[in-house]
Amino acid sequence: MAIRARAVTDRKQMSYVPLGFRAALGRFAMTHRTDYTRARFIAGFLAVPVLLYLIYVISPYAQAFYIAMTNWRGVSATPQFVGLENFQRLLGDGVFWTAVGHNALLLVLLPLLTIAIALFFAFLLNVAGESGGVSGIWGARFYRVVFFFPQVLAVAIVAVLFQQVFRPDKSGMLNAPLMALGLEPVGFLSNPDVAFWSILGVLVWQAVGFYVVLFSAGMASIPREMFEAARIDGAGRVQLFFQVTLPLLWDTVQVGLIYLGIAALDVFAIVWVMTAEHGGPDHSTTVMAAEIYRNAFQYFRFGYASALGVVLFFFTVAFAVLAMRLSRRDRIEF
Amino acid sequence: MADNSFSRRELLRSAALAGLLLPAAGTLSACATPAGGGGSTPATQATGAKSAANPLGIAEDKPFEVVIFDGGYGDAYAKNIHEPLFNTKHAKVQIKHTATKEIAKTLQPRFAGGNPPEFINNSGDNSMDFGALAQDGQLQDLTELLDAPSWDDPNVKVRDTILPAAIELGTLDGKYCVLEYANTVWGIWYSKKLFDDNGWQVPKTWDEFTALCETIKKSGKCAPFTYAGKHPFYIYETILTLAAKIGGVDVLKNIDNLADGAWKAEPIAKAAGAFADLGAKYLLQGTEGLDHIQTQTAHNKYKVAMLPCGSWLENEQKDSTPSDFGYSMFPLPSFTDADALPYGTVHSRPGEEYFVAAKSANPRAGMEYMRAMLSKEGAGKFSELLSTLTVVKGAAEGRTLSSGLASASTALQNAGTNTTYFRFRQWYQPLHDEVAAATGQLMSGRLKVAEWADRCQKKADEIKNDSSVKKFTR
Repeated sequence: MAIRARAVTDRKQMSYVPLGFRAALGRFAMTHRTDYTRARFIAGFLAVPVLLYLIYVISPYAQAFYIAMTNWRGVSATPQFVGLENFQRLLGDGVFWTAVGHNALLLVLLPLLTIAIALFFAFLLNVAGESGGVSGIWGARFYRVVFFFPQVLAVAIVAVLFQQVFRPDKSGMLNAPLMALGLEPVGFLSNPDVAFWSILGVLVWQAVGFYVVLFSAGMASIPREMFEAARIDGAGRVQLFFQVTLPLLWDTVQVGLIYLGIAALDVFAIVWVMTAEHGGPDHSTTVMAAEIYRNAFQYFRFGYASALGVVLFFFTVAFAVLAMRLSRRDRIEF
Repeated sequence: MADNSFSRRELLRSAALAGLLLPAAGTLSACATPAGGGGSTPATQATGAKSAANPLGIAEDKPFEVVIFDGGYGDAYAKNIHEPLFNTKHAKVQIKHTATKEIAKTLQPRFAGGNPPEFINNSGDNSMDFGALAQDGQLQDLTELLDAPSWDDPNVKVRDTILPAAIELGTLDGKYCVLEYANTVWGIWYSKKLFDDNGWQVPKTWDEFTALCETIKKSGKCAPFTYAGKHPFYIYETILTLAAKIGGVDVLKNIDNLADGAWKAEPIAKAAGAFADLGAKYLLQGTEGLDHIQTQTAHNKYKVAMLPCGSWLENEQKDSTPSDFGYSMFPLPSFTDADALPYGTVHSRPGEEYFVAAKSANPRAGMEYMRAMLSKEGAGKFSELLSTLTVVKGAAEGRTLSSGLASASTALQNAGTNTTYFRFRQWYQPLHDEVAAATGQLMSGRLKVAEWADRCQKKADEIKNDSSVKKFTR
């Protein structure tokens, strides 16, 4: 797919090549000899990436499918073939299905929340200003930088940081004020009913900044006249957002949805580093990637872990197909 | 432009799909198939002529590698005590010293590739699974080491210089192959200073214990009890030890052997119930969300009076303990007069695992290194440096022990043969994880005792019926 994407990129970029040069290229490709040269030229460029892709992407896939059908425990040089036994066991693995449930919930909530918040902020920073023209609210430049901060921090640092923020005693940033008011501290990470939502909060916090910047860029490319025309017609901020900004930004929002969907299926480090029992307490925050890691590198059940990986693979492909179906929508030209 | 819009949408889709597939590939590609052919023993393993000075017959000119887990014990003990000691008898053997915090990540590829180091301290969060290693024949049989003359006295076999429990615990499948070197004693830890200042007495019965908790709670000076809430192992260890004290050692044997209904035995329910009550009434606020370091530091700051832990505690906390804190431990109080094991019974367990890789180039040197470790000098200096007892009998005698270690040592002596332990944590890690998760919920009151037992039993049954998991018995 990456190759296809690249080919499409080429085609897209072609349209920006100056016309004269394009015409020259076309003439050049007329003769047979140059056809051959061109094929060799393209093959030369493609050979290395395709080879790397085969070795580092396709072959590990193939190997994982094979390992999934063995009882390999990681240290033996000769794994035994056990057929579909791992997949049978997986069906009855309650913890794994809990993890799948969490990923599914994240898949719905993470994109929705992040995009809603990011759109709101981006709108404030770019369009919603008080002054006559189309501009952001006061201090927009400063906020834009601040919103991007979480993106700059390494995931592990974010996780450790939030461990402290969520601490259940007086050293916890959130619980200290609560306890000063004489309230019971909240077990953000220790209460199994709350922990998942704490994780979701951190994931959203971390993702919003990037999408604020992405949507800001998207909004900057919308012609000013559209906003001005809407303003003159008497549109308020709400109408400006829902009737003008959102439809014109829909392409960018779609990209955001898909990437956040990927992120939701791929959550690992935050959960692994931040939570007790790596996905606890009591499996209340675990996700598929954490179960794969646990089975492979803690239980040394590489065969079974690969089977989980294969299942994750099919979930991801299913999501990809679904995302493509849903994203078919007419664009507004401007 | 119409053409352009089409290509742009196509581009977005394709790019998204590519993006989708790549991260998943990353997850999977972490597991690469093993290099074939590395499965058999290397053609030539180094040996030398056996003699009185060299009873294991190591090659005096061949190097070997020592891999130490650089965790709570650090690696200085190997570098400054054991390795020089080894070289006093074998000056020409070169030792390659490696220290790592990630044992499995560093060594697992070497095992799969048929090129493992000789001597390995398989410890820490990222240690390799012994079940998996045993299943694949990677553990060198150490019986020969047991029957070799000891480092100090040629007339005494190594077997007779170490605790019998160490041999039992190091035996997998009837083969002694893991050296459990450090000896850990578990108990309830307190500050002698805090107890003396307030006139609190060490409780000997459960009623005295709960009465003490009540007194401490009412005094308002500190919380009575805590444990490492994020790592419920610390509290399930205590529950199981109390269960063994109530019902005898068979209670834990049945659990280890995955016996039917082992988790539903009466003594276990009693012990779990007792600690669930404690959890409901006397815990330090926020305990369930704190880890071992946070609770132990709270202990050092006199914010809580007691916590259950093993004898590594004093060493672990040495940087944050006030000088007059006076670390001490007491054994679990007797539950009733009808307890199967008397007062003073402790959970004592040789731990900190070392093994020699059977398929390495020079396994005999690894065994000889163990013989050096098991000398009085090697073990005694280890105890002194790390405030930790070892499995070598009497090695700590005549050494200067810190207050906590001295109290642990006394507790162990008083216990005599009344010691208990369990092994399922090492044998079946998934069971350990499930028991830990359920016990955290038991202590915070979200699970009733019967539900807790159901969950542990269910997992134990699951493992019992899983043909791919190697089973052990004791």
